[in-house]
Amino acid sequence: MKEILEILENDPKIKPKEIAAMTGLTEAQVASKIKQMEKKGIIRKYKTVIDWEKAGEEYVYAIIELKVVLRSRTGYDAIAERIAKFPEVVSVRLISGGHDLSLTVRGKSMKEVAFFVAEKIATLEQVQGTVTHFVLRTYKQDGDILFEKERTERLPVSP
Amino acid sequence: MEISCSRKSGQSACQCRRDLMPDKFVAEIVRNIPPSGIRKFFDLVLEMEGVISLGVGEPDFVTPWHIREACIYSLEKGFTSYTSNFGLLELRELISKNYKKDYKVDYDPQHQILVTTGVSEAADLAFRALIDPGDEVIVPEPCYVSYKPSISLAGGVPVPVRTHMENEFRITAQQIEKSITKKTKALVLSYPNNPTGAVLRKKDLVEVADVVNEYDLAVISDEVYCKLTYGGLHTCFSSIPGMKEKTIILNGFSKSHAMTGLRIGFAAGSEELIGAMTKIHQYAMLCAPITAQMGAIEALKNGNGEMDKMIREYDRRRRLIVDGLNKLGLDCFEPKGAFYAFPSIKSTGMTSEEFAGGLLKEEKVAVVPGNVFGECGEGHLRCSYATSREQLVEALGRIESYLDKSQ
Repeated sequence: MKEILEILENDPKIKPKEIAAMTGLTEAQVASKIKQMEKKGIIRKYKTVIDWEKAGEEYVYAIIELKVVLRSRTGYDAIAERIAKFPEVVSVRLISGGHDLSLTVRGKSMKEVAFFVAEKIATLEQVQGTVTHFVLRTYKQDGDILFEKERTERLPVSP
Repeated sequence: MEISCSRKSGQSACQCRRDLMPDKFVAEIVRNIPPSGIRKFFDLVLEMEGVISLGVGEPDFVTPWHIREACIYSLEKGFTSYTSNFGLLELRELISKNYKKDYKVDYDPQHQILVTTGVSEAADLAFRALIDPGDEVIVPEPCYVSYKPSISLAGGVPVPVRTHMENEFRITAQQIEKSITKKTKALVLSYPNNPTGAVLRKKDLVEVADVVNEYDLAVISDEVYCKLTYGGLHTCFSSIPGMKEKTIILNGFSKSHAMTGLRIGFAAGSEELIGAMTKIHQYAMLCAPITAQMGAIEALKNGNGEMDKMIREYDRRRRLIVDGLNKLGLDCFEPKGAFYAFPSIKSTGMTSEEFAGGLLKEEKVAVVPGNVFGECGEGHLRCSYATSREQLVEALGRIESYLDKSQ
């Protein structure tokens, strides 16, 4: 199972036929295992990593650190879940250190992101303070380095 | 035999070399060495564009970043001097530790390990250290292209022994015994094997060891692909009882850590044999490049994670290509090591060179004809799967259309 996941993690477009050849399973076995893992939520989603800047689309990303006052009993999960529901929020993480939650927010402009934070996040009752870091440039994302790919010229035939 | 030029300079060098007649000053022993079959094919490939190459004998991974970083850092700190002839002691100690851990063989880092400029140098040193004029050396074929010329250059006589697909390209103790004459000095073992991907099991090695003992042979065991085995761990030949004193182990970092161009390898053996090799090495090479030695230290200290990742990826590609070739009707036994598949093309009625030449011309896929690795490689192709999955799938598609056309 791990084998299939490792293959899919790097290339979700790969065909079950090829996975079958690589793992020694039959095509039907592979397909059913993938189905199962999708059902169980082990495979959450198939995504595409896009360099939006190259595509000519301007997106603004910001990392926002939050200090949170906990209401009794509900804990971090409740506030995190609430924040996660905003589509502008790309990721929500509980972190150690000076702050409690770290969000990544995406918007069309700095203004849009700033207003979103000011109006939707900072106003939440439990949020005590926010620090907004605008992302100036992304060098690596989801394990993919966004520079020109390293190209090494191997000799076409060697012993 | 090493092709040591970049693609561009290689091109011009090859063009002017084509009609070269041997100069009267060139020594006879060199004149008598046949031109490399790989070289000829290499020239052909260079003339074409858009070629997918399964002809490459090196990993398609770049040296892992932490190893490159260690090399860079060593340069920044000013490590640019000679090292001991034997190589940096720290590196030899790490090699020794690893052999103890992986194969339960004890090599004294002070006297029994020699760091060399690639495994090729180590092989050359081993032959020169062992061979007196006229000594015979048994070489199971198909095999890496440099053993035979190196043996000849050292004044020896290579005695090829054929291995076959029916026996998964394993050499047997009986075959070795049959080839032994009064002049036989040494035996070359190279498993996991380039070009076939064959491995010897422990029981095969024990049987070979019996013959080695009976006829008191020296053994040169090139184990550079030892980390690349699938579905079973490698057995080091010197771990077979009684073999350590008779064996020179050759190994390196090119394949396991994708460090081919850094040229770093080593030999391990008895103090006497390593001492003899060091005598030649100290005059011919002095020491292996220090930057590469620094990289090798990092590879042994922290390289296992990246290595395991590479091996798992090779394993997937291996299954993919073997499955693909078999489905195309090109019989391919399951290689258990290295990164080569060695399918038979006998069903097509073509020779290896005809098939490989046609495939290159018509479908732009480069493979190496099996006969360049020895006569018994005729009727086979070496297909390296050290190339991306997409390229493998594309190459298989092109081979299929080549087969369709040529029927």
